[in-house]
This record gives sequence, structure tokens and C-alpha cells, in this order.
Amino acid sequence: MSTVYEQLGGEAAINAAVDVFYRKVLGDHYVNRFFAGVDMSKQAAKQKGFLTMVTGGPNNYTGKDMREGHKHLVKMGLNDAHFDHILCHLRSTLAELGVAQGLIDTVISVAESTRADVLDR
Amino acid sequence: MPTITFEGKDFFCADDETVLECMTRHGVLLPSSCQSGACQTCMIRAVEGTPPPESQNGLKDTLKAQNYFLACVCKPSGDMSIGLSTVSPRYKIALLHKELLNESVVRLRLERPAGFYYRAGQFINLLRPSDELTRSYSLASTADEDFLELHVKRVPEGKMSNWVFDGLQVGDEVVFFGPAGDCFYVPGKPEQPLLLVGTGTGLAPLYGILRDVLNYGHLGPVHLLHASLAAPGLYLEPELRALDARNDNLSYIPCVLHGDAPEGGIQGNIANIPSQLLGTLKGYRVFLCGDPPIVNALRQNVFLAGTSMQDIFSDPFVFSPHD
Repeated sequence: MSTVYEQLGGEAAINAAVDVFYRKVLGDHYVNRFFAGVDMSKQAAKQKGFLTMVTGGPNNYTGKDMREGHKHLVKMGLNDAHFDHILCHLRSTLAELGVAQGLIDTVISVAESTRADVLDR
Repeated sequence: MPTITFEGKDFFCADDETVLECMTRHGVLLPSSCQSGACQTCMIRAVEGTPPPESQNGLKDTLKAQNYFLACVCKPSGDMSIGLSTVSPRYKIALLHKELLNESVVRLRLERPAGFYYRAGQFINLLRPSDELTRSYSLASTADEDFLELHVKRVPEGKMSNWVFDGLQVGDEVVFFGPAGDCFYVPGKPEQPLLLVGTGTGLAPLYGILRDVLNYGHLGPVHLLHASLAAPGLYLEPELRALDARNDNLSYIPCVLHGDAPEGGIQGNIANIPSQLLGTLKGYRVFLCGDPPIVNALRQNVFLAGTSMQDIFSDPFVFSPHD
């Protein structure tokens, strides 16, 4: 069975998805303070890694990296509500790219599995 | 079996092995993370040899042009020498020309050393010979000109810029290393609309990039926005207006934060002007140079206005007023 990553069109499609996803996140005033002052190119690369992972593409994901990478944001107040916003942006990004509902649910459940690591619990 | 040369040592790369795997097997631990060509942590440069195209997927065109690649997905097809930096020769050259462009910006033209190649928009590191004080300055010349041009702004208390203004004379020798920088025009997509935005001496690299773009015969519309606090801070206006008049696809728009804008210009905050002026910026290729806070705000705004991250090239300047 092919992954969502392959069905989307692999690396090039993820590149396009990052633009759509990151633009939604930066335009959301509820969460965009967590992205203030970060290097946009590096942030886009991280999001590409994340989207590759949640769509089942080649990755080397570790919960530890996710935990370490978000600790400073948890100190700034990152919580479940912010995480939900990001999931929502992920869902609408995939819908915009024409991914079928069943596959979106699969991707969201993978993303959901990172919640405890991201929120450092 | 290709040979990978790194920091003066040779490593043999097995069939079907990536550069990252090869180096790891030999005990050389390059920084890496996703190992799947996504996160770009393992990005490195082929100083010699050509990286396979699939190892450059997702990199910006300017990085591809400089032979950067991702070690984790690079199965080399031939010998390569890899590293992050190239060691620049030390160039010693004379100042040919010095001219005030406005009350606080001076144009320097330096001899171009034989064998010195660069892309318009890159920068060099200039050294004051007496004490090796070093500062980075963007090149405003194009690669087909036989001199190197810099625009230096006088920074209050700035050691280098005050010396350039008050001490340095035509005929004096200076030293430089370089070039470096990823903000330049890569030919291709000739119909793509271009947006160039610079504040202050951020115009210097854009002046080079702009003329490079025109020399390549770029066909799409080209918008050059030069911003300053007020009209006296603008410079090269006559040259830019002449270029505008000669090129149907070019529009030069001087922008000021305070006071009246010159003819055809705009008064306002430069961070907001591009989307106010052009609406959606989807499909544009954008070059941003100048003060870091403004460049960062512009980068975010043009991205939100629709420009792809892959198509935004920027060069934030750092000024050193107090050291």
C-alpha cells in the first residue's frame, strides 16, 4: 500500500505543501507568536521534515527531537489549544491539495501521536 | 568506486552508498537529522565534482548553482571533494575611484583581480591593511565589469566606514577575501515577475542583480523598490531612472518613510508597500537586502502575500557601529 507521501507526489509535493501550511500557520494570530524571530528557511525545512514524517515519507523521526525542539515554546505557554490549531492547519492544507478524507484522517492520527512529545508531558 | 575528499583525506564510497553513510562508516560524523533529504541539516558543498541532481531536490536555485547538496540522499556518480567553505585567496588591489552618492554613501571602485569570479549580488570581506579590521560589503558591480563596486554607508562611530570616508584615497591598496552569499539571479524562468526591495545601501547588491537580470534579457516585469527614511537617503536616482526609461519591463519606485516621496515614488512603511502596490505576490521571485529587521518583516510579508519560500532570496546587512 502506498503512503500518502507517495500518493501526493513525494518530495516536490511536500515542498509545495510546506508553503501552504507555513502560510496558514504564520497567518494565524493565535499561534504565530511562537514563530516570531525564527529563521524562515530553517523553519520551513523543519516543517518539511514534519510533513514528510506525518505523511509516511522517508524519515528518521524521534520523539526526543520533537520534545527538545519545543521545550522553549512550552515555557512560552504552548498548550493543547495551540497544538489543535496546528492540526487544523494541517488538515486544511491536505484538503486544499486534494488529499482524500480517509488519508487526511490517517495523517492527522500520526500527527496526533506527537502531542505528548511536543507539549513535553 | 567514487572517492570522496574531505578536509584533505580520501574516503572510498561503496556502490549504492550515500555520502553521509560513507563518511559515517569512516568515523566522520557530519551533522544530520532526517536522513531522507527533507530537513537539510546535512547540506554540504561539492568543491570539486558535480552532485547528482536528486541530491539537490528542494534546495534553492542559488544553492544548487554553488553545488550545495544533501549528503544523506547523495549517491555520488563520480569523485567529489566536499566541504562547507572554500578558502579564498587574499586579494590585494588598489582603489580606482571614490565618489559621494549622497551625504552618507560613498561609491568605491576597486581593481578587479585576475581570476576573481563572482555573481552580482554576492559580497566580499574588505580588510583595512593597517590592522586587518574587516567588514562585509556587497558588490554593486556586475560580473562583466572590469572593476568591483561597493557602496559604503557612513555609520556613526563606525571604524571602517569613517576610515573609508576620511582616510582611504584613490591609489591606496586594500585587501579582500571572497566572494560569498546566496542572494543572486540564476538565469531561467525568463517570464517570472521579479521584485527587488532594498533599504539604504541594500541597493548595492540589487543594483548588481538588476543589471544582471537586464543583461540576461529577462522578459517578465521587474519592480525595484529602494527605500529610505527620507528623500535625501535615496541615491543613484538618475541612473535608475535612466534604466527605467530604457527598459519597458522595469519600474523603479523610490520609497520614503517620512516626508514627500520623489516623483513616481511612494510614502509609507516599506515592509507593507510591495503587497499594497502589487497585490498578490504569487509566482514572484523576490530579492530583499538591507537592515535585518526590515528584511525579516519583508520576508514574512511577501511570503504571506503568496511568494514561495524557494523564491525568496535575502541578504540582511549587519552594521557594527560600536566596535
